[in-house]
Amino acid sequence: MTENKKYTWNIIFKIFRKKAGQPAHYDQFDVAVNPDEYILDGIERIWAYQDRSLVFSHACHHSTCGACGMLVNGEEKLTCITTFRSVTRNGGTLRIEPLRNFPVISDLAVDMTGMFERMHAVSHRPVIADTFETSRGRKKEREDLLRLADCIECGLCISACPISATSADYIGPAVLAGAQQPGTFGENVLNIVDSEDGAWRCHSAYECTRVCPSNVDPAWRIMDLRKKLVLTRVKRMMGIKEKT
Amino acid sequence: MSEQTPKAVNWMKWFDPRSRGVGMWAFIINRLSGLGLVLYLVLHLIMLGKLAKGPQAYDQFIAMMKTPFWIAGELLVVAAVFIHGLNGVRIILTSFGIGGDRQKQLFLIIMLVAGAAVIFFAWKMFAHAGGG
Repeated sequence: MTENKKYTWNIIFKIFRKKAGQPAHYDQFDVAVNPDEYILDGIERIWAYQDRSLVFSHACHHSTCGACGMLVNGEEKLTCITTFRSVTRNGGTLRIEPLRNFPVISDLAVDMTGMFERMHAVSHRPVIADTFETSRGRKKEREDLLRLADCIECGLCISACPISATSADYIGPAVLAGAQQPGTFGENVLNIVDSEDGAWRCHSAYECTRVCPSNVDPAWRIMDLRKKLVLTRVKRMMGIKEKT
Repeated sequence: MSEQTPKAVNWMKWFDPRSRGVGMWAFIINRLSGLGLVLYLVLHLIMLGKLAKGPQAYDQFIAMMKTPFWIAGELLVVAAVFIHGLNGVRIILTSFGIGGDRQKQLFLIIMLVAGAAVIFFAWKMFAHAGGG
């Protein structure tokens, strides 16, 4: 065991538990951790050594899949990249809860089907053409150079959004950011985002951008989307054809 | 499936500032000041009804409004007008792409301006009341 693998801190986990048909409650677990390892590592050890009935979702362990978003002491975090040192101290307590504004399947696992369906409906593209700079410093797109879009669909922005807390119909920051990305809208996408429950429902709390672990900046994208929507409507009113 | 799902009764969560950032504080303050102004409008209309009860009732009401307690209340209205109005300007600007990446600084500036306005109006209003 190398030096940095030593479990030098003791943390108390208070974990939200909820099984179908049973009341919600919190279970407490004492766990020895390395301050520089990640919250998800601690949760996995609880599952491995203390309670095999604990349900949580995760996959990649390197902030690509977006599956391990949870509330850590009341704040949205991607637990695979959040170190113990950044959120607590030796002997400290961590309250771990499922993301807000999503139905809980069991314990820490939430159902994100609605978000995925809406992202599909607005033609969000997980893979986009990359940009590169020419010798004159101009940025260009090349269709043969592809990269993953910044949004990892973790749902942290929807969990943090105060409007998403009160309206199940509001399509949410991740979906609006996904709609903004292509720059042009088909009629069906326009009808979804240019609506009461679309871009105009945002009330500028900027919590989405604050918690985003992937620098998507959903708040900026929603504001940019509003500009594009107004421009699209004006162009259509004046009979100007849009570039496709 | 759970109590976590969005529903209208969660509106109380709008006013929970725990583990939140500056933008959420602005959101909360904007709602509180907006609700305060709506309440003031209702009270204002009720008080205007005093006019219909004759000059004596109106004079009594005006005398009451010159007491420090009611001046402090009016000062809250002034604060709400400045905070809500200026924050509205901030939201209009950021909503159309102006200063979105500086929204925290914009909020702090409008709060400073609102604070200065409240101090100015407090000085004027209490001095006016004192001078009779």
